[in-house]
Amino acid sequence: MSDAVLQTVDLSIRFGGVEAVRHVNFTLAERELRCLIGPNGAGKSTLFKLLTGQLRPTAGRILFRGHDITGDYTHSIARRGVGIKTQVPNLFDGLTVREHLWLSARRTNPAGRTREIVDEILERIGLASLANGAVGQLSHGLRQWVELGTVLAGNPELILLDEPAAGMTHDEVARTAELVRDINRTHALIVVEHDMQFVKMIARTVTVMHQGAVLVEDTMDRILENSAVRDVYLGKHGGA
Amino acid sequence: MAAIAVGVPRVVDQFGLLQLTIFAAMCILALSLGVVWGYGGILCFGQSAFFGLGAYTYAVTAINLEESTVAVILSIVVPAVFAALLGYFMFYGRLSDVYLGVITLSVTLIFFNLMNSTAGDVYRVGTARLNGFNGMPSLPTLNVPGDPGRLLDSTETFYLVMAVLVIVYVGLHALLASHFGRVVVAIRENETRCELLGYDVRLHKLLIFTIGGGIAGLAGCLFANWGAFVSPNVFSLTMTSQIIIWVIVGGLGTLLGPIIGCLIMQYLATMLGTQQLANTNLIFGTIFLAFVLLVPRGLVPSLRRLGARLVGRAPARGLEPGA
Amino acid sequence: MDLAAVLTIEVLSGIAGLALISIGLAIIFGMMRVINLAHGEFMMLGGYAAIVATNHGVDIWISMLVVAPIVVGVIGVIAERTIIRFLYGRMIDTLLATWGLSLFFIGIVTTIFGNISAGIRAPLGSVAVGRYNISVYRLVLIGITAMIFGAIFIVLRRSRLGLIARGTMENPNMAAALGVSPSRVYATTFGIGAALTGLAGGLLAPISGILPTVGAAYVAKAFITVISGGTAILAGTLAAAGLFGSVNQLLTYFTTPVIGEAGLLAVAILLLRVLPHGITGKLFRGSL
Repeated sequence: MSDAVLQTVDLSIRFGGVEAVRHVNFTLAERELRCLIGPNGAGKSTLFKLLTGQLRPTAGRILFRGHDITGDYTHSIARRGVGIKTQVPNLFDGLTVREHLWLSARRTNPAGRTREIVDEILERIGLASLANGAVGQLSHGLRQWVELGTVLAGNPELILLDEPAAGMTHDEVARTAELVRDINRTHALIVVEHDMQFVKMIARTVTVMHQGAVLVEDTMDRILENSAVRDVYLGKHGGA
Repeated sequence: MAAIAVGVPRVVDQFGLLQLTIFAAMCILALSLGVVWGYGGILCFGQSAFFGLGAYTYAVTAINLEESTVAVILSIVVPAVFAALLGYFMFYGRLSDVYLGVITLSVTLIFFNLMNSTAGDVYRVGTARLNGFNGMPSLPTLNVPGDPGRLLDSTETFYLVMAVLVIVYVGLHALLASHFGRVVVAIRENETRCELLGYDVRLHKLLIFTIGGGIAGLAGCLFANWGAFVSPNVFSLTMTSQIIIWVIVGGLGTLLGPIIGCLIMQYLATMLGTQQLANTNLIFGTIFLAFVLLVPRGLVPSLRRLGARLVGRAPARGLEPGA
Repeated sequence: MDLAAVLTIEVLSGIAGLALISIGLAIIFGMMRVINLAHGEFMMLGGYAAIVATNHGVDIWISMLVVAPIVVGVIGVIAERTIIRFLYGRMIDTLLATWGLSLFFIGIVTTIFGNISAGIRAPLGSVAVGRYNISVYRLVLIGITAMIFGAIFIVLRRSRLGLIARGTMENPNMAAALGVSPSRVYATTFGIGAALTGLAGGLLAPISGILPTVGAAYVAKAFITVISGGTAILAGTLAAAGLFGSVNQLLTYFTTPVIGEAGLLAVAILLLRVLPHGITGKLFRGSL
């Protein structure tokens, strides 16, 4: 399956006595947008951190375009073309928005082209007016967008987003959904989310996790009608 | 600064010239920690280790070769290599903040203890006796490259040290404005985000730490020259604390700050050393306490903010370092 | 046979010494994350307090065990209330402030007592162990150190004060919600840490002699011990002191004191490389 952008084979991680991710087999196709949902403690963020290299699996493999990246350092994974937005926004509070995008783009582009890219992304994300403000001063929603822009500026092949809509107002959520759909026209994405409104706005295929394992993978419509999923969210399956 | 440098020897007497020379050399040392800590975010409590290593390397090499040029070069290279090894050990082991501080502190203390115990004829490198706590006196000072007989006099030495200071300052400024420098600063702001952008954080830290070590070594070489003497005190707790104080007083996160902090503290130390009114330590201690309670960001950033406010603008976006 | 006994005593004495000078710092750093660069000066002040009291006729044991800790404890509380408490969370500023305190204390003591070395003789004389003579006082110190650690353990585990302290350390906001004043706890903790350090200074005065600048010799070793020990105050300090003390004393015996010191520092560096959060960051987790 060399078509797959990302693939995990029997991926697991164990912390002491708890297996937080259990034998996950996951495949992401070219330009696919996959939402990863599940109740609290289902293992979504842990799986996310396994994919980004922030955690090392205790079993199984992760393949990016056929290359085995299991256990690689985060910066190596990022260098391969994976853009990452973490659950708690990781930003340079003392630097400006422009500097964020610059750092992201400059690694793989010469200085002149970098400036162009920065301006393009500023326009696309809608942050051109805030370009020279320190990110530490921005509201939470804006910070999320700055992080999104920073990730985009590196022109990654695959984008991993952990709760991009967290803490946003309804309008901000809608705008973020628009951005994500726009990004999906050219990039593959995995989005971990809690906010079901947001998920409904963007989802095509959805993976539902429960207690560390994949419960079901299907289109959004069928997921919404799936009684097992409902039970899990309402806590009927032995607790989430 | 150039104008001051040129004008000074005419106005100032021999003694004053020597004072300014040592001040300038110490400013170079302050810059080395200023860039490693203020910009790199690396809490190095043992910067004196590289300073001392540079001083001793110069001493040993100059005595053995009876010519100063190679000695100067080695006094930069040896500390830099040592910094690279130590840095590799620390950064690739993912050590951070307080632990870095303790390890670097231990390193300089090891050197202090080791060098203190090298009295006796058996401790020599080539023709140079290390002399333990007595120190190594009568070091050959700088000569014109290739002409061992032609030593630099105090005016020429002053010009040289000032030139080195300017070059180091300008060089660091350029380095920090470059891609590499900006990544280093970003690492200080948020290491994780840097990694997520694909930058190898460990390598960047290693490089900036090595550069800082080399510059400190150069300062050590100039120090050894100034007094034609080197002793284990270059590695002492007092020495390493002084460097830290200079940077804190001047302001973390600026290049000018460590220089100003160093000048002020050196000048104060000299002035206070000559008066009998009150104990030097007492005065310094009170100054530090007053400082930290009233001017917590250090002089240069605080003055900048004050200046900006007086002019009516919002304070310039400063790179405030995290604790 | 007597060599083994003497060596054991030397090692235990070294461990006790390290543990003694570190416990005060372990409490302050472990519970409040304050880097107290004036730690060595607290010891020095304790030493001077003991010497002054003794020279004025107070029984030497009372000077060391009562006067020294009380004096330094009070000084510690004053320092905390007037300076340190404004700087919690600001590590660099704490560094600068405590370094300033350190210089301040050195300056004051030099002004009052001058630069000459003062001292008191170790009480109790010496005893013969086989062919060797051991200072009885050093044996007693080992015992006293053990008792101090025991007392701290009991206080932390069994007493209300200990419970409050541990709770505030884990979660100050929660403690405040339960009616405990965190600032009171911090002041008390700092004071107790300072008192213990003063006690150490007093107890070690007969062995090492006192100069205003004697603090520098202690501060680095204490810090290295505390940080290598890790998060658990008692277990960590004991573990680190045990390891370093043994290495130091054994190397000193078989080679020279300098190699002993270097060995201690080298082992510390290696230890931190392998266990970056100290010994009790990995082993004996969850102990006191």
